[in-house]
Amino acid sequence: MSDVLLAAPSRRSLSLHDAKVRGIIYQLLLAVSLLALAVGIAVQTASNMRARGIPLSFGFWNEAAGFDINQTLIPYDTLSTYGQAFWVGVVNTLYVSLLGIVLATVLGFVVGIARLSPNWIVSKVAASYVEIIRNIPLLLQLLFWYNAVLKALPAPRASIELPGGIYLNNRGLIIPEIQLYEGAGTVELAFLAATIFCGAFWSYARRAQNRTGKQLPVLWVILAALIGLPLIVFLLVGSPVSFVMPELKGFNYRGGHQLYPEFAALLIGLSVYTASFIAEIVRSGIQAVPKGQTEAAHALGLAPGKTLRLVIVPQALRIIIPPLTSQYLNLTKNSSLAVFIGYPDLVQIFAGTVLNQTGAAVQVMAITLSVYLAISLVMSMAMNTFNQRFAIVER
Amino acid sequence: MSDQSLHPPLVNSSLLPPMAPPCGIRPSPATWIRKNLFSTPFSGVLTICFTVLAAWLLHQFVSFAVLDAVWAGGQEECRANPDGACWPFIVEKFDYLRYGAYPLSERWRVDLTLAIGAVLIVWLLWKRAPRRNLAALLFFIVYPVVAFVLLRGVASLNLPVIDTVLWGGLLITLLMSVVGIVFSLPIGVLLALGRRSELPLVRAVCVIFIEVVRGVPFITVLFMANFMMPLFVPDYLTPDRLLRPLIAIALFSSAYMAEVVRAGLQAIPKGQYEAAKALGVSYFTMMRLIILPQALTIVIPGIVSTFIGLFKDTTLVAIVGIADFLRAVETARVDPNWAGPTISSTGYLFAGLVYWIFCFGMSRYSQSMERELARGHKS
Repeated sequence: MSDVLLAAPSRRSLSLHDAKVRGIIYQLLLAVSLLALAVGIAVQTASNMRARGIPLSFGFWNEAAGFDINQTLIPYDTLSTYGQAFWVGVVNTLYVSLLGIVLATVLGFVVGIARLSPNWIVSKVAASYVEIIRNIPLLLQLLFWYNAVLKALPAPRASIELPGGIYLNNRGLIIPEIQLYEGAGTVELAFLAATIFCGAFWSYARRAQNRTGKQLPVLWVILAALIGLPLIVFLLVGSPVSFVMPELKGFNYRGGHQLYPEFAALLIGLSVYTASFIAEIVRSGIQAVPKGQTEAAHALGLAPGKTLRLVIVPQALRIIIPPLTSQYLNLTKNSSLAVFIGYPDLVQIFAGTVLNQTGAAVQVMAITLSVYLAISLVMSMAMNTFNQRFAIVER
Repeated sequence: MSDQSLHPPLVNSSLLPPMAPPCGIRPSPATWIRKNLFSTPFSGVLTICFTVLAAWLLHQFVSFAVLDAVWAGGQEECRANPDGACWPFIVEKFDYLRYGAYPLSERWRVDLTLAIGAVLIVWLLWKRAPRRNLAALLFFIVYPVVAFVLLRGVASLNLPVIDTVLWGGLLITLLMSVVGIVFSLPIGVLLALGRRSELPLVRAVCVIFIEVVRGVPFITVLFMANFMMPLFVPDYLTPDRLLRPLIAIALFSSAYMAEVVRAGLQAIPKGQYEAAKALGVSYFTMMRLIILPQALTIVIPGIVSTFIGLFKDTTLVAIVGIADFLRAVETARVDPNWAGPTISSTGYLFAGLVYWIFCFGMSRYSQSMERELARGHKS
């Protein structure tokens, strides 16, 4: 094609001096070379996999996995399939990420606001926290929490006893198990009813405020309904609950819920690390709101609390949310460091144990990458929707 | 009115005596304390709580690392002391932590490589150094070759070849980060240009690459490099075990670098592009001489913070069996000869200090650069 073009250079017809023509040629070259690369890799991979006896299909999905997982939120045992093991991994990853996001957000906002405190020592302590934590690799922090803090706790026989039947040892934190009796269902129903009532009351209060300008005590009513109603029902049906106290039997505790040190170390490490980044985001977000906004709010007679809640925070959130989203995604991706301390997340179970047992590297990696990409996509979409709600409405 | 002597002269010929500064400009310590520590009762309570907290943490740290630490002696002293750090452990393992199992007689080669790298980096980053573009040329093109020859060795140059299995410690960490920055910056620039290209296919390819890589954890990229790269190529081309994570780190950080560079490209006013096009400058010349020099200067802070992230991420290569600095600390701390109560904490403390010094130094540099750039834009 290019030979023809070179042979007949003409101003009117297609010419290499035309940027559009060159663009098409560049793209054709790119497409051809990428295609050649992809085909080459695919052929080579297929032949390599056949030569090494690695399965080319997804048939392993329904085979029995044969290994045990000590922390699961969904039913799983040694007879379960690789597919079920995969779902255990996904749920564990999401579980630790969600809890981590909540904790990191709370801690990050507290530290970020403390950095802006007029109190010198408070702001210095917060600044030191940020500068120390974010300049040390997350993996080092995880290993520290796991090996030097949680694994250094006493053995089960010498457990630290906390009030309320809670025990702390190097196998985790053991808390009493809650056992529900008949009638517990009515409490749940009461809670559900309270939630529906709160939603209705909230929208009514909004409409009332729009109509009359008067504010109803929304927060107090919601709190009273959400806590009070289930509590009254709970007492009326005669407290249908009991606690199973953990007991030391042999070398370990029986009964009660156990919080594993792998999970705790991962959760602490992720939250503490990500909080230092969130703190910086919060600080710069609040600082980016012009001072005139505070002064104008004060001049209008708004109380300091309301100034913060109704004027500063909504404007700061607009700046905070986009980088906050990427921190949430980072936390979710960083939860894959679980593999270093043995928390059974997606990477540890699926890209680790399942990959080693089946050898199906290509299929397993493709599935793992797709899960993370899907999480990224869903989370950015959710945050974009949230962001749109807070965006400036311009006339 | 006619009598001029009643009016003072308009021009004062003598200097006026200096006035005392208005009060409040330089507050006394007492005023400062009242204003910054005890402005309200709540603030006072906070001050007391946080002072106690800070003092306690500082005391814990100092007594562990300095006061109660074992400074001289050996394994017995460390085993006998459950309260403080065990520095003899670090002293004994220091060479291992730096070089891994690199042969003793050849370690000068590592030192030389690191020294050359350090000189070039200082030259490159020092704002008033002469001929910084020469430094860039040396660092990005000549240095990788020199480093490869020195570290791996070429038999014909009388430098015996050292198998990469023996490499380890801080050497690996620095190697990973330098390879990451040397390759990710050019690839990142290309990806960023591609993402802003007017050609739809080029743009699509770059967007897909950047977004996919940024959407997955680094560990999975390392897994892919380790398990799948050998499947992608014929047996005789299988990359070295150290080369695989190096390729992974270069590709991974170039996606992040691309986003940083893109921010710089977007910050350049459109007039710059239009002026260049009006002068008839071709696309690549325009990018090379007009747009990229400005864009890259703006994003130096971003590049440095990406590099800090890269430096911290090098710790993850341990998952594919590479003995980087943190892995070396992990190996050293479980040495049965040194099984003391505080060996783990000492190892982690030392590793933390090393990483912290590198990262904090870089972040300070990036902040000073940021201030400089902000000043340049305002004036």
